[in-house]
Amino acid sequence: MNKLLAAFTLALVPVLGFANTEPQTQQANIDLTNQASLQNGAKYYTSYCMGCHSLQYMRYNRMAKDLGIDDANLRKYFLVGDAKPGDLMTRAMRVDDAEKWFGVPSPDLTLVTRWRSQDWVYTYLKSFYVDPTRPWGVNNVMFPNVAMPNVLGSLQGQQKAVMSHHAGATPVAEGVEPLTAGTLSPTEYDAMIRDLTNFLTYAGEPVQLERQRLGVWVLIFLAVLFIFTYLMKKEFWKDVH
Amino acid sequence: MSAQETTTTGFMGWIDKRFPATKVWNEHLAQYYAPKNFNFWYYFGSLAILVLVLQIVTGLFLAMSYKPSAAEAYASVEYIMRDVEWGWLIRYLHSTGASAFFVIIYLHMFRALLYGSYRKPRELLWIIGVIIYLVMMATAFMGYLLPWGQMSYWGAQVIVNLFGAVPNIGPDLSTWIRGDYVISDVTLNRFYALHFIIPFVLAALVFIHVVALHAVGSNNPDGIEIKDDLKGNRWSPTAPADGIPFHPYYTVKDLVGTVVFLAIFSAIVFFGPGFFGVFLEAPNFQPANPMVTPLHIAPVWYFTPFYAILRAVPPMYDSQFPGVIAMFASILIMFLLPWLDRSPVKSIRYKGKVTKVALGIFVVSFISLGYLGMMPVSALATVMSQLFTVLYFAFFLLMPIYSSLDKVKLVPERVTA
Amino acid sequence: MSAPGVNQSRRRLLVAATTAVGAVGVGFVAVPFISSMNPSARARAAGAPVEADISKLEPGALLRVKWRGKPIWIVSRTSAMLAALPTLDPNLVDPNSAVAQQPDYCKNPTRSLKPEYWIAIGICTHLGCSPTFRPEFGPDDLGKDWKGGFFCPCHGSRFDLAGRVFKGVPAPTNLVVPIHMYLNDTTVLVGQDQGAA
Repeated sequence: MNKLLAAFTLALVPVLGFANTEPQTQQANIDLTNQASLQNGAKYYTSYCMGCHSLQYMRYNRMAKDLGIDDANLRKYFLVGDAKPGDLMTRAMRVDDAEKWFGVPSPDLTLVTRWRSQDWVYTYLKSFYVDPTRPWGVNNVMFPNVAMPNVLGSLQGQQKAVMSHHAGATPVAEGVEPLTAGTLSPTEYDAMIRDLTNFLTYAGEPVQLERQRLGVWVLIFLAVLFIFTYLMKKEFWKDVH
Repeated sequence: MSAQETTTTGFMGWIDKRFPATKVWNEHLAQYYAPKNFNFWYYFGSLAILVLVLQIVTGLFLAMSYKPSAAEAYASVEYIMRDVEWGWLIRYLHSTGASAFFVIIYLHMFRALLYGSYRKPRELLWIIGVIIYLVMMATAFMGYLLPWGQMSYWGAQVIVNLFGAVPNIGPDLSTWIRGDYVISDVTLNRFYALHFIIPFVLAALVFIHVVALHAVGSNNPDGIEIKDDLKGNRWSPTAPADGIPFHPYYTVKDLVGTVVFLAIFSAIVFFGPGFFGVFLEAPNFQPANPMVTPLHIAPVWYFTPFYAILRAVPPMYDSQFPGVIAMFASILIMFLLPWLDRSPVKSIRYKGKVTKVALGIFVVSFISLGYLGMMPVSALATVMSQLFTVLYFAFFLLMPIYSSLDKVKLVPERVTA
Repeated sequence: MSAPGVNQSRRRLLVAATTAVGAVGVGFVAVPFISSMNPSARARAAGAPVEADISKLEPGALLRVKWRGKPIWIVSRTSAMLAALPTLDPNLVDPNSAVAQQPDYCKNPTRSLKPEYWIAIGICTHLGCSPTFRPEFGPDDLGKDWKGGFFCPCHGSRFDLAGRVFKGVPAPTNLVVPIHMYLNDTTVLVGQDQGAA
């Protein structure tokens, strides 16, 4: 009977597997242990993104320590304005200005990979396309009618949308294809976006690697404790017949 | 009792003259005779106490760094996760602990269903247990608002608005609960105060639950009253023949269970504290925004069976109230369980096929409702929810009939191994 | 109580071993909870070394800056003030700064890196009030022998302009000189010295 129940429950899953209307994401394939990639991502972030998007829960010195950036380099390449190493990575732009320029406040991105996903961020940064109807002349497959200009457009080059063709439905952008070449080759651009996504994934949970490393020791300890408690239980339960 | 109730000499003698320490120890541990045939399902009572303690301790340390205000709550959680030494671990222990608590309690309650642990003379024990479950849900619900993420905010918004469906007093009632016209700083502040104090109420209820348990004695997988057979055992000539002292036998056994539980729990805390977005939901990594509702909101997994029942009931007479009634009824009906079961036997082992199928359907319905409650609304999901809602209630409401008609097996005199 | 033929020593050994391993586990679990009460990254950032610009500090005046939430005094001492310091030695508890209330490089007659500037934590060593700055010589309330210094309003402790405590007052030790260093002629960094960087 148990088997029957299990089969019945499993059979429900596909029936209720609701149609996914979100555009397909691509795999980000990041590597949190790759410090060079994380450092690159941090550099890209501070140069291209942090003007508008803060990392307001992240401290410079924490980032430097985790990513292996020394004090001199931190001061030279990363600190914005008169920020000190212990400061939070807040942005230069004022919130009011963002609302004035883009109509919406530009969100903080410390946790973006946790409320979206790393794959989403990776795909989003590759999915801008030319759309003259938008204020900044671009739109995004992953985020229709996005308020953000294509900051990395000159690096990637322009793209145009691939529209869907479903009978009776309004066509929507499903994907992109290249229109003009940028200053980076597609491979170089993908690597850059991967580094950026890697860094943002790190920023979403700086303790992630440490957490997993510690977890191994905790489980080893519990395994040892299990042996002792199990033997003790066996020994005492010899009394019970 | 063979052993003496009190010590009269030495340090313990001094204590015992002033506080019945040895007496309490003996009555509840060393000379509390529990049936010797406890199986897997009997670990969850002691585990629930462990998790309650874990939640109180981690909660206390979180409270040292958390700020219960709309302006600061979200940032203070990230402050705990990043700036406070080991704050991330304490927070993950607390968030995973909340889900673990419900997993354990659901298994603990399922054990009672399996072996008829709610039957006479344990009706009151069961009722106290259901009260504990209700209080736990209240605590969990208020605690979920505290991170002040999008899911916290809109989840609380939806649940508090349920009270608005009560005829006449509804809108005023939900406003009173919030202390404002929307979920706001005021709501957060009072939920925090309540979330801090209710666990201590919970601890008191658990104490009462254990006192009641030790008065009537533990049930067992055979559903036999071991106290009916006081022929004595190795430890005492007047004790139940099938009883063994809780300490040391069940303390060492529960210790093994505790270590296994801690291993599973730690694996989640250290390798996947979000548990695939079920324990920590993705929208909650965005701060609460009263202007924008996330595309899909659902309560945390442990509430979703009841949420699915709520959504399954269509509005009647232009009111959501029937759905709200159904949702609360689905929980409150548990109080009646001791009187709905008319079977001459307690344990599933000696009950008939019909009862086994009914229990199976109930479990499938509960899990399916839980799954449906997490899903977005669709026509198919609504029909499925309605089907499982009917099955859920049928399990309880038809129980007096099928439990009395069902064939039962002969219950042995003594517990089986 | 237990069955005959039970190996009691094995039982005792297993209980002891499990207790020992379990106690180690409890010890490990206690660490995160205890550590979480240490100053957080935010508190440590707020307690980071502070720079003070002393270019505008007039001779004989006192500049207050905040470091780790405490008042830091930077006193510019005139030659008259400096000349008065040695004359007070007989009336002091610890004129030679024997007690380690200052970094080694300030264990000198003026308790400073540069004689003209004295830097200290402005908290009385008695019960933690912040003493008032009384640079004048021989005021009415403090007596004609007063050669400038600090007077604690809470319990009447007296210190000279090198923060050395006078005999017969409640405060037991000299005022604390924090670690500090000069970044240039007009900037002093409090909370960090050559040794730390």
